[in-house]
Amino acid sequence: MAIEFKTPEVIEKQLRNVQIVAEHAMRPDSRRLDDNEHERPWRYINMMLPQMQELERANIAAAKARAAKKKEAAMAVKSNGHHGGVAVLDAPPPAEEAVSEPKESIANMTLVHMIEMLSWGDAGIYLCIPGGALGGAAIQAVGTPEQIERFLTRYTEGPPKWGAMAMTEPQAGSDTGNIQTTATFDPATNEWVLNGQKIFCTNGKLALEESDGMVVVWATVDKKAGRAGMKPFVVEAGTPGVIVAKVEEKLGIRASDTATIIFDNARIPADNILGDPEVQSGPGNKGFKGAMKTFDSTRPIVAASAIGIGRAAFEFTRDTLAKEGVKMEYGKPRWKLSAVQADLLEMEAQLRAAWLLTLKATALLDARQENKLESSMAKAKAGRAVTMITQKAVELLGPLGYSTEFLVEKWMRDAKINDIYEGTGQINTLIVAREILGYTRNELK
Amino acid sequence: MYSFDMTSEQKMLVDTVRRYAEKNLRAVHREAEESKHVPEKVVQTGWELGLLPGFIDAQYGGYGEYSALTSALYLEEMAWGDLGVTLHLLTPNLFAIPIAQFGSDKQKEQYLSLFCNDSFPRATAAMIEPVVQFDPAELQTTAVKEGDNFVINGKKTYVPLARQAELFLVYAQESGTTQAYIVPADTQGVKVGKRIKLMGVQALEMYEVEFENVVVPKGNRLGGLKGIRIQKLLTLSRITLAALAVGVARAAYEYALAYAKERVAFGEPIAHRQSIAFMLANMRIEIEGTRLMVWEAAYKFDTGEDAAKAAYLAKNYADKMVLDVTDGAVQVLGGHGYIREHPVELWLRNGRGFVTLDGAVVA
Repeated sequence: MAIEFKTPEVIEKQLRNVQIVAEHAMRPDSRRLDDNEHERPWRYINMMLPQMQELERANIAAAKARAAKKKEAAMAVKSNGHHGGVAVLDAPPPAEEAVSEPKESIANMTLVHMIEMLSWGDAGIYLCIPGGALGGAAIQAVGTPEQIERFLTRYTEGPPKWGAMAMTEPQAGSDTGNIQTTATFDPATNEWVLNGQKIFCTNGKLALEESDGMVVVWATVDKKAGRAGMKPFVVEAGTPGVIVAKVEEKLGIRASDTATIIFDNARIPADNILGDPEVQSGPGNKGFKGAMKTFDSTRPIVAASAIGIGRAAFEFTRDTLAKEGVKMEYGKPRWKLSAVQADLLEMEAQLRAAWLLTLKATALLDARQENKLESSMAKAKAGRAVTMITQKAVELLGPLGYSTEFLVEKWMRDAKINDIYEGTGQINTLIVAREILGYTRNELK
Repeated sequence: MYSFDMTSEQKMLVDTVRRYAEKNLRAVHREAEESKHVPEKVVQTGWELGLLPGFIDAQYGGYGEYSALTSALYLEEMAWGDLGVTLHLLTPNLFAIPIAQFGSDKQKEQYLSLFCNDSFPRATAAMIEPVVQFDPAELQTTAVKEGDNFVINGKKTYVPLARQAELFLVYAQESGTTQAYIVPADTQGVKVGKRIKLMGVQALEMYEVEFENVVVPKGNRLGGLKGIRIQKLLTLSRITLAALAVGVARAAYEYALAYAKERVAFGEPIAHRQSIAFMLANMRIEIEGTRLMVWEAAYKFDTGEDAAKAAYLAKNYADKMVLDVTDGAVQVLGGHGYIREHPVELWLRNGRGFVTLDGAVVA
């Protein structure tokens, strides 16, 4: 191995296609979908559908093969736990489950590049991508071959369908260990009975009401057991007792639906639980740790999305100013730059630092190496950097920046979510701090 | 692809330099700073590492080829040890690297072998001038062609080891562009002035040097008729300095981190508090981000891509980062950070220098 900074040709090629999607099926609809919050980006959805179905077919085939192998091996060595694999487009298999995957996979590297470009197009529209998304990824990662077949085949055929993941609750945000939604087993009917409320579920409405999709819901089977009692369950569209109570009205990414879901004695079949139903604590507690582990693969994705928005804002600002005669002059001593040039330089450098941190976290993920520190560094940095960059863009463009005539003000609103979801900037900084200090959560709260 | 693993050769080299930095540079850093003198032994041991000959072609007596990336990797380690002593050690590079990059075959043949001997070569470069708004692309020092010679006039400052130098590489403006000229120290009109005193890197001897009607043959113009491209030189300088800045920042970060875990206040280590722990986390993030920018620029340089922009971004980012991190380290140590018993105040002073040194250090 050697240090290298080169986008592989195969990724470059795909990027060119994604850029066409971004320019033709996203940008033209950006403003309208921001103004009409709960309208769907059909142009984008229909354009993406065939390739997403193809991608899902490939993913499902690979997941089935892995799951079958795992089942065989499960008698001897117990598999190393849940992996939600909460990727948005294409779920990479986690290290211990990557039985037949080649070592030099570039699945995640491809993914972050695509998502950066889609988010450059429109970060809200991007999230409406049809497919199993976070929910599908969780099923691919830990589902049995039967579950994979039963829950995910829908994403390979017919009209567009969505999947989602429901974790956050009104009283459990960053504190995911505190979820209150319960799953109680009813032996009489051989069903799990879910009760509780989930909020901030991305694509929840699309998955449950507007398509024949499903949501992976985290619930506790034993409140006394704390984190050890947390398990993921698959809830399909049309399940009685599942109500999409509300769709949030947000600061940005308005094209994306963010649902509140109520479970009122919602009954689901016994085998809709993902992974082992037994409550295990200590090292055997794979459920919660599995959920946390998925963040190592999703945080670089969120960072990439942030950076896509940041790049859009930076490029627009740079090009608009250049037309007005304010050109960036790379190479001049800093004390010879104008204040605006210095700001542009800072924006571009910040963006680059965040992007390279993201690529490193992603390369480790593809190499199946530990990347907890790196993925949190990337996410913390990208969220913060892009918040600054987009705010600066609005400032530098003056009256044009603040006006809805252009998209810069929208990008600033869109960008902010990346400093919040998938772990707030503070949570990710806390993770970095614990990692570098070698502290537990009791030593550093 | 994007890959972040060093080659095994690079790992070995970095390991060697790290050990040298720890045993030599870190060991003498305070004494060298206070006495404003770099111990001879450290220079000799450093020279014996053979880093510079490793960048010089075998036909000139070296045993390798230049790699900005490999350079960046070990420069971080050296600066981690001590910046002042490192800049002393790198002084021959200021002459040799531009010769290797831009020199004509004849110039390479004549000069590069001087840098492949056992003893520390007495060569340096004069770039910075005593003006505000200094710009390496718009120098005040001039070189004017007269017949078969160039006549150089101007004032330079920040010239490292000028007092003992036998050879200078002098940057001057020639018809609107920056070019470089090889000037033997004993040429008439070369006047080494007083040693300058700086806020940091005080172990390094730097001088004012005046060039008054200094005449050199036209063959001493670096690169012959082709000359040099100042932006390429600046690109290299920026990679060099940004890599050094990462090293200084890492030293400060590591020191502050260790301190915060040991220092007890209100009954527990101060690192147990988010106010301290978050500072450390952000230092780590910024150091890592900057390092990757340096590596990217260096990689581009080595592969022949246009590295100018990447190096410019990296250097500007590093200038700010190293100040934030070293200042943060002083802050983590509180009152103790302000006391010269701890090294963090020195690192803060050294960190401030990077923005000033643009163009003056290439390694």
